[in-house]
Order: sequence, then structure tokens, then C-alpha cells
Amino acid sequence: MSPEYTKPVPVPQPESDHYWEQAKSGKLVFQKCSDCDSVQFYPRILCVACSSRSLDWIESSGKGTLFTFAIAHVPPHPGFREDLPYITAIVELEQGVKMPSQVIGIEPDPDLLHIGMPLEVVFEEISESISLPKFRPAE
Amino acid sequence: MPNLQRLKNLSGSASIVGVAESDSLGKVPEKSPLALHSEAALNALNDAGLQLSEVDALFTAGWSTLDVAEYLGIQPRFTDSTSVGGSSFVIHLAHAMAAIAAGYCEVALITHGQSGRSDRAPIPRNPGAPMTQYEYPYGIIGPPISYAMACRRYMHEYGEDRTRQAMAEIAVSTRKWANLNPKAYFHDTPLSFDDYHDSRWVAWPFHLVDCCLVTDAGAAIVVTTPERAKNSRKGGISVLGAGEGHDHSMISQMPDLTRAFGRNTGPQALEMAGVKHSDLDLTMIYDSFTYTVLVTLENLGFCPPGEGPDFLADQVSAPGGSFPLNTNGGGLSYTHPGMYGIFTIVEAVRQLRGEAGERQIDKHELALAHGTGGLLSSTGTVVLGRS
Ligand SMILES: [Zn+2]
Repeated sequence: MSPEYTKPVPVPQPESDHYWEQAKSGKLVFQKCSDCDSVQFYPRILCVACSSRSLDWIESSGKGTLFTFAIAHVPPHPGFREDLPYITAIVELEQGVKMPSQVIGIEPDPDLLHIGMPLEVVFEEISESISLPKFRPAE
Repeated sequence: MPNLQRLKNLSGSASIVGVAESDSLGKVPEKSPLALHSEAALNALNDAGLQLSEVDALFTAGWSTLDVAEYLGIQPRFTDSTSVGGSSFVIHLAHAMAAIAAGYCEVALITHGQSGRSDRAPIPRNPGAPMTQYEYPYGIIGPPISYAMACRRYMHEYGEDRTRQAMAEIAVSTRKWANLNPKAYFHDTPLSFDDYHDSRWVAWPFHLVDCCLVTDAGAAIVVTTPERAKNSRKGGISVLGAGEGHDHSMISQMPDLTRAFGRNTGPQALEMAGVKHSDLDLTMIYDSFTYTVLVTLENLGFCPPGEGPDFLADQVSAPGGSFPLNTNGGGLSYTHPGMYGIFTIVEAVRQLRGEAGERQIDKHELALAHGTGGLLSSTGTVVLGRS
């Protein structure tokens, strides 16, 4: 981690090691239940739809749409002060799961952001072991 | 699932006999959170005409009951540190009723104390917890940003302009009530619709005045059996209905961003009490944000989804209006130390007793108090009535 990175850094857990390892190599993955076909974010040891412990990892296309957003004008943590204003979002991936993230590569202007607008994943390296999946407007 | 027949039998089996705040509210840097708990506890017991030595059950959130009981010097025989955010104290009231009815205790004390303004030390969270792992790295931290994302989704589903108008109606009507409450932080500060729209952004779509205060304050409630309530100093206010629950922790896991758990707790509390929305004389809704009130009224069934802006139009919720709402001035304009839920009950009891002074509502038989905790995560609803 660069010494000047002052934002919170994810601490992977046994059930999320694979998620973060894949993110580090530029892949966005999530779980799919092999019993009921439900997809879920975030990684767990059981399917929240049917309680099955039989889960597979599948790779996201990296494409999704903006489900909702907010624009932070006050830093909720000192590490975000220099980023203000920034766009937080919930993104709905093509395969149906929703995940928290940020939208980057667009002005933080509510008139430019539309619910349902197409987005694509980009990975921002924040440490030796962690790359954060973020989203930018898709072509 | 809750057994409604059994719950109906429980209705009215406990009474609130004491309510109070700490000696001072607002900026109180000279008092610790435990001092605020204790001041409020002593004041509420005095309101009830009871002694601390008579308390045999303790309920609190944010702090453990271990710390609060030790500080107070009491040894409770029933203990409950359920801590699911600002709704916790409304939930405690239901738990106190169940414990009293079951025979575990007779005099239950619910306390709250928080130096939200003066003690800015963040609550430590496990760094591997889902919220810290998946939301914090994106700056999705704390209530304003999370609730703002839910609000933006509501705007998408039901219209941005009408949502904005409803939020302004709530901010303005709540401030008018605060202007009638001498204990309110903004007692002396009016708020116009122009002031609302000119307020700076905190987390778009929230202006500063869409967001609750951050203050130092304590509050406490004393609950006992209906029999003992008869001999208390001011008589009892009956707990007639209750509901509680939660459906997520972090905002991105909320099953439906415009439908919080009040969709279950509101109807349950009303049915247990055997009353309808139109029977209520007062509605106290935890207003962490203006938007929280809008969506909660819909969730509780006061109006269908998306119709909150019509329901709240034209200042019906202001003093003199047809829908008395948050008559203490709310978390928005009265006080909000961080977990405000207990204050909804304090005010409901004062209004039902007829001791709310300049802001007293005319008809005061029945009130609903509702807390929301976490990130629209947990809710607790109670229906209260004059015994
Ligand atoms: Zn499954």
C-alpha cells in the first residue's frame, strides 16, 4: 500500500479471499448456487435463497447498470476529503446481483447520472493485494 | 411468525410511568455518556415517583447494560442490551412489556445517553465485517450517504420533484414544532421553504437541513405493571401494541430500497393494539432524515407506496395541522445524540398526559412511536394509549 493511501482497505476473510484475489487479477466474480441457481453478493458459506452450501464462483461480464447513487459533499472519513464530491453507487450487474461501488470517469453532477445508465467495471489498485472494482459509464 | 392472538392478550400489560431527558441537551461536553444515562434515569424515576432501588430490569443500547448498571449501582434481574441502532429503545419497550408480563421483573428502566456532538470517537467495527469490507472502501460510510442512495431510488420510482417537495414539507413543519419546544436545539431558529432549498449539500440529494442534528443528550423511560402504575405519581400510559425486526445491515443489501421493515412492524403494532391509523392522535417517527419520515409513513401504511408526498402536502404535519407529527421538533430540530428512538416515546407520553405545554395537541388518547435503526435496517413500532 502506498503510504499516502488513507482510505479504509478491505480485510479479506476466508470466504472472500477468492473474490479479492480475482479482483486483483482484473476479474469480478460472485457466487451462484448450484442447487437453486440464485446469484449473490457478497460471498458467504451458504446460499441466502435456499440455505444450500453448494456454491460456485462465476465471472461477471463486468457490465451493469446504475441502480442508485448519491454524491458525497462531506467526507464520512478523513481519507475521502480530497475526493469530494464523489459518487457512491449501487450497481446492478448483468447477471442480476447488486453491489456497492463508486462511479468514476464522469462529473459528479446529478443531471448527468441516470438510474439505469450502462456501466462497466474498472479496477483501481489500492495496495499490493487489493484492487477495488469501480464502475465507469460504458460505451 | 408472530402469534397475533397471543400478542393481543399481551396488549396493555405494561405501563409507562416515567419519562425524562438528561438535565441538559445539545452541547454538553462536560458530561460523559454514562452521566447522561444516569441523569435521565434519575429524572425519569422522579417523574414516576419511584426509587432507583426499586428497578429490577435494565435495558440499554450503545453501551452494555453491564456498564450502565454498574455505574448506577443496581443489580438487575432482567437485562437486555439489544443494540440494533436508534430503534433499539422502542424495541426495548416491547421487551420490557414481555418481561413484566412473564414475571421476570416489575420495574423496568430503559436508558440512553450519547455525546454525539462532543465525543466524535468513531464506533469501532470489525475490519473484516461485510460492511467494512464491501462498503467502507468506497466511502459508503455512515447514515447520510446510505440513506441518500435509498432516497435517490425513491425519487426514480415516484418522481424527483414531488419527493423534494415532501422533504421540504417535513423539514419546515418539524422546525415549526421545534419553535414551540423550549428544549429544542432550534427553538429560536425558524426555517422557511427558501431556507430549505438554499441549504448546502451534505450527500446529494440531501441538503444539510434534510439531516438530523448531532447533539449530546440522554433520555430514560420507566415501565411497570398496570397495577403499580395506578399508584404512580402521574398514572400510566399503556403499551398497547408493538412490533420489531430487521432485514439487512448495510444499505446495498436492503431487499427493497423504498420498503423498510416498518412494512411489518406498523401493521403488527396496530393490529395488536386493535386500532387503525385514523384512530391515532399523534405520530412520532424517527426522523434521521426528512426522507426517513416520508418513506416510513408509507411503510407503516399511513398511505400507499409513492403517495407520501400527497399525504404530506400543505403542512398538514405542522402545528394546527390535521396530522400532528414529531411534535417535539424531532431529530431534525430538537435533539439527536446518535440513537434518537427513545425520544419518540418520551414525547408521545408527554403529549398523551397533556403536559406538552405550548405544543400540546388537542386530542391526545392514542399515539404511535416508531424507531428506525442502522441504515434503514431495523425498526420498532409501538402504540401507546392513555390508561
Ligand atoms: Zn440456493
